[in-house]
Amino acid sequence: MSDHAGFFTSRLDEAIGWARKFSIFQYPFVTACCGMEYMATACSHYDVDRFGAGLPRFSPRQADVLFVVGTISHKIAPVLVRIYEQMAEPKWVVSFGVCTCTGGFYDNYATVMGIDTIIPVDVYIPGCPPRPEYVLDGLIKLQAKIQIQHSTGQRPRPEVRPEFER
Amino acid sequence: MNAASLIQAVKDRFPAGVKASHSYRGDATVILGREFLLEAARMLKEDTLFQMNFLMDLTAVDFSTFGTKRSPAFFANSGIAVSPSPEIPDADPWPGPPGGHPSAGAAPGTPGPARFVVVYHFFSLPLKHRLRLEIPVGEVEEAEPEVDSLSSLWASADWLEREVWDMFGIRFRGHRHLKRILMYEGFVGHPLRKDYPVNKRQPLIGPVN
Amino acid sequence: MDLTKTPGSPPGEPEIREMLLNVGPAHPAMHGIIRIVTKLDGEQIVDTDVEIGYLHRGFEKMAETVDYNGVIPYTDRLNYVSPLINNMGYCMAVEKLLGISVPERCHYIRVIVSEISRITDHLTCVGAGAMELGAFSVFLYMIKAREFLWELVEMVTGARLTVSYCRVGGVKADLPEGFDERCRKALQETRKVLAESDALLTRNRIFVDRMSGTGKISADDAISHGITGPFLRSTGVEYDVRKDCPYAVYDRLQFDVPVGTRGDNYDRFLVRMEEMEQSIRIVEQALRDLPPGPFLAHPETGRPIPAAEMVDEGKIGNIAAIVDARAVTDPTLEGAAKSQHPNIEAGEKRVFLPAKEDTYGNIEGLMQQFKLVMYGHGIRPPKGEVYFPVEGANGELGFYIVSDGTSSAYRVRVRPPCFAIMSALPKLLIGDMIADVTPTFGSVNMIGGELDR
Repeated sequence: MSDHAGFFTSRLDEAIGWARKFSIFQYPFVTACCGMEYMATACSHYDVDRFGAGLPRFSPRQADVLFVVGTISHKIAPVLVRIYEQMAEPKWVVSFGVCTCTGGFYDNYATVMGIDTIIPVDVYIPGCPPRPEYVLDGLIKLQAKIQIQHSTGQRPRPEVRPEFER
Repeated sequence: MNAASLIQAVKDRFPAGVKASHSYRGDATVILGREFLLEAARMLKEDTLFQMNFLMDLTAVDFSTFGTKRSPAFFANSGIAVSPSPEIPDADPWPGPPGGHPSAGAAPGTPGPARFVVVYHFFSLPLKHRLRLEIPVGEVEEAEPEVDSLSSLWASADWLEREVWDMFGIRFRGHRHLKRILMYEGFVGHPLRKDYPVNKRQPLIGPVN
Repeated sequence: MDLTKTPGSPPGEPEIREMLLNVGPAHPAMHGIIRIVTKLDGEQIVDTDVEIGYLHRGFEKMAETVDYNGVIPYTDRLNYVSPLINNMGYCMAVEKLLGISVPERCHYIRVIVSEISRITDHLTCVGAGAMELGAFSVFLYMIKAREFLWELVEMVTGARLTVSYCRVGGVKADLPEGFDERCRKALQETRKVLAESDALLTRNRIFVDRMSGTGKISADDAISHGITGPFLRSTGVEYDVRKDCPYAVYDRLQFDVPVGTRGDNYDRFLVRMEEMEQSIRIVEQALRDLPPGPFLAHPETGRPIPAAEMVDEGKIGNIAAIVDARAVTDPTLEGAAKSQHPNIEAGEKRVFLPAKEDTYGNIEGLMQQFKLVMYGHGIRPPKGEVYFPVEGANGELGFYIVSDGTSSAYRVRVRPPCFAIMSALPKLLIGDMIADVTPTFGSVNMIGGELDR
């Protein structure tokens, strides 16, 4: 590939990334307490619409970002994986709340110890439940990550934190 | 009716069935033989003296490690033991586990102390009194102890009994479809039994972590 | 329900089949994860099978592994829309087991915060239910009101949602400075939102048509299923734990128990709307009757001194001015001022976690904290068993605790009000249209944490 082509694809990647990051169609997989803070974040007080993520799609086929909100038990885990598999590429996963990050303080027979044992996760938002400000911070981090993703779907090296990439 | 007269009334109706009773902290409690359960429950519901129209709660307790739980602290008697204050008199002491003390032990094959106790909480809306009924089960080594189902008397017993089956493995005779309710099909064991380790996982998908 | 059977049809006639429709566990019309398998004849529901347990996280097992104070954070997450009521129920059950009572001011504080919690619960329930029927603006208004109340809760407890505010033998801290005024203002705002929502919904043709006459249940069926709370009251049965088995100081407060007549979705909506009004009334009375705490003011100026200002004074060596003064510390961060504590903690001091400033400030407080929170230490109640019911937002919330005399409970059982209501869901749905699943399920106010524990 010539230098010119490389220049154009990288410009194109940037444009696509910019467009994608402000049109996040999210699928809220709401199971538990964190759903209340998710509601608070989505409503007028904290207004997640400012980040272009105001429109939840309740069909995994139409969604780009899977918000896993609340404890995932072993009983619901296959459903979560199925929903993740139904989403079209490119897709991202946000793990909302400490239960989805690590299992939280439910270290027992019923719960999955972190959803990253069953599906890949892009952004972790810990907190039990995270405050809306924290959620917005996670969303901005996700946007940074979406921005630098190649249009081919290739993801940046995992060890590089998104904010240091540019 | 107050706790004492409630207990007395149940005792009068079932002189043979009532094994013990107490009103610890004012909660009227009657411990009944398992063969009298259905009859007693029907009486509690229909008798004008009781009028227990609510089956508020139905649960079970696994008494197999009662009194033998080891303290995780270095000093066995650490912690703050609290005896009741003079404000609330401890008039009626708690007689101990309803099915007898598990450390008492019995010869194999003979009825020993009951491992499980099925606990029913009744409430009467017209008369505003509550009664706790306890049925000790599992005196002999049986894998799945059995009691009569109350689902023919109260609709609430249906799901509550399924939950007790799921969590404790106690069967209910006469239940329409006794299947797991909180855990999934394929789960082995009953998590609230004392011998089920708290973090023994049986995932449907993903690693056992 | 037999899901495998498909009725055959005689030859020559068009085949009529019942259709199975699976709703959930992750479905747009469902808040919370639950699976409803419906058998349909046209649009009518002939049979349903409800499957729960997707949020089972082992509350009862976890409660056996931690000490008595350690269970409080788990109770927050039972009914996470009204955590303060769960806190209160659990703490009062342990207090009954210990045989201790708490001061009057503490009772009033608990009543105030639990009624605020009840309002947030009903706001969420009504708002989410209305949103699912298309009334999105009502949802936004109600969440706005909930936000005001959560700010209030945050002011008292330091957290918005998972508060862990009650303690065995008291509450974590006294009400903060200026709570009274903020509370009245927030309640005023809530009243405004309620009036707006009332105007938007109560006579709204679409809303009434969807809600009225759907999801009906008779009083006898409701009692047989063990249903309590607003759901039971919508059928006309006047049962409220606050009235019928009064606890805390509810017997001294004036409030009405609204009841419905028909037991349908619309009545449940009306009952919840009215209950919010009554809860506001209770909070206002409790604020009025609240036994006074100590006066926290500078002896000379008569105005309270913020803690930071006191530190600054100390730094510049102005000891004389502050030596007798008491600082106003933020209860959410630093623990309420020491002198307030006698008003909110039980006479039995040994079971109560000390104020944070005591923990950090002196050896007695540190040791007390140590004895209560260290692994294997903690409160050791006498052997016994108790059951204590409180009126949760969905009905009777009971805690049954068995103690074996060690520092962790032998068994903690929650009587979840949702569970009874959900067990009656097939009865509510059968005979209705498939579209009625949404309003009926919305009015049930299923809370996963409480249902599955």
